[in-house]
Amino acid sequence: MASFGIVVFPGTWSDRDCYFAVHDRLRQEARFIWHKERDLSGLDCVILPGGFSYGDYLRSGAIARMSPVMEEVSEFAERGGYVIGICNGFQVLCESHLLPGALMRNSSLEFRCQQQWLRVETSDTAFTSETAKGRLLRLPVSHGEGNYYADPDTLADLESGNRVVFRYATADGDISDEANPNGSLHNIAGIVNETGNVLGMMPHPERASESLLGSDDGLAIFQSIIKNSERVVAHG
Amino acid sequence: MTATIDPAVLHEVALTEGEYARIVELLGREPNHVELGIFGAMWSEHCSYKTSKPLLRNFPTAGPGVLQGPGENAGAVDVGDGWAVVFKIESHNHPSAIEPHAGAATGVGGILRDVFTMGAFPIAALNSLRFGPLDQARNRHLFNGVVAGIGDYGNCFGVPTVGGEIYFEDCYTENPVVNAMAVGLIRKDRLTRARAEGEGNLVMLVGADTGRDGIHGATFASVELDAGSEARRPAVQVGNPFLEKLLMEACMQLIDKDLVVGMQDLGAAGLTSSARPPTMPNTWCRGCSGQTLTHDPHPMQRAGSTTGCREGGSARPASRALSRAAALRLSSSERRLRYQPSSSSDGRP
Repeated sequence: MASFGIVVFPGTWSDRDCYFAVHDRLRQEARFIWHKERDLSGLDCVILPGGFSYGDYLRSGAIARMSPVMEEVSEFAERGGYVIGICNGFQVLCESHLLPGALMRNSSLEFRCQQQWLRVETSDTAFTSETAKGRLLRLPVSHGEGNYYADPDTLADLESGNRVVFRYATADGDISDEANPNGSLHNIAGIVNETGNVLGMMPHPERASESLLGSDDGLAIFQSIIKNSERVVAHG
Repeated sequence: MTATIDPAVLHEVALTEGEYARIVELLGREPNHVELGIFGAMWSEHCSYKTSKPLLRNFPTAGPGVLQGPGENAGAVDVGDGWAVVFKIESHNHPSAIEPHAGAATGVGGILRDVFTMGAFPIAALNSLRFGPLDQARNRHLFNGVVAGIGDYGNCFGVPTVGGEIYFEDCYTENPVVNAMAVGLIRKDRLTRARAEGEGNLVMLVGADTGRDGIHGATFASVELDAGSEARRPAVQVGNPFLEKLLMEACMQLIDKDLVVGMQDLGAAGLTSSARPPTMPNTWCRGCSGQTLTHDPHPMQRAGSTTGCREGGSARPASRALSRAAALRLSSSERRLRYQPSSSSDGRP
């Protein structure tokens, strides 16, 4: 059993879907955490869900990162707690400098909402241990600003450190421009921090939590978190 | 009785001389400026469907599954297992014809409010669109703006656009049809209505401050589009999906905690259509014994705006847009807990 905290900023709207995935589908403990709260006690994982925090005014995630809860989330991450930022949550993590790089306007300059194939680049993370390297996941993307950018040195660090977790791929698993929905460098769809306990990803695993929704491939990510949370507890 | 009215004044509220004569007949005197504005808004195409009603009446509205037919913020149908689906469809043709992005976006915003003021959680948006051929630049502009406006509003608000239909035909050139629909889900015993019975209830107006946009939005729907329509651009409301999302969450919590007696969305005609006196029966005031509205404390984006009803009879309270807001009628038992009227106030909003 793992305990999830789902952060709710004004304008967040994937919070209920995240709750459904971890609580209703996977039978885990879950609670909502209003952005003004500071109590993260007892949590194994903090989820920063998708949405338009603060209307995405100024810049996506730029205001949310100033929320009281984000100070606590930073400390939580420093202590090794698992943090997963999905879509707007990924943007918040970049703005908070918990992850490197930035998410720019899609290269098409258009909002994209579609089912997307992702290739798992490493199973050596707390978020992908229940999948396998090279496995394809089918998850929805829906964003206007998911175009991942980082300077060449950062990009090289990410690649050499095996920290690119997901890449946009074709149905055959090819990493190509054609498979890239937003112009992200190296087709990057998700990355982890240096210590491997903070994941940011643009696609929505919570919206792929049962086959009725078109895919349940997203569950593997939450199952990985659950497995590794239990492991942490087991090892004290 | 002879009606004497400046045609320019009538034009401003989009009423005909025949309609004016009818107002004089009903009142037994000539209306003042405020009253004329109220009639202009309430008798507008947007509020009264005066030209389309004969057609709309042909649709079936009753049946074993119908929990709520026309007359409330939105309709509701029993879908079994204790669940009801609430839905609303509305056109935003004229605003979309001159300001496609904001025109279509606020169309979505309006029906989402209609759905959540029934207590239902909006889960989907749909649309039915008609445009002229896309080989004409103006039609492309309208098409791109409307599509982006619908998508942007739904995205920011957090409701997916799950379907729609579209056709292109010459007759829609520069004059598109933009129908937006919202669908919500609710336990059927939790349906909230725009009905507030009992005396002494506190009426709360919540939502965005009223700005200078959207003025005469309702009456604009009655006007034929022509070369001068571009000048009506300020009649198109500027949407604020972020604030409406917060408004929805607040309304849902109020309903959850059983704090409201009734709830009414404010459409293009603002307080005029949502708080009419019982002498003009409508949705909101059914079962209410009347209320006095003081406009001075009304939250405005800018002080001193002429649209702020601050000049008494010379202002235009009737035709102002108050979209993005929902008026709540709080039960009097709750009132003392959360609202202490000052000595100068008698509790009137």
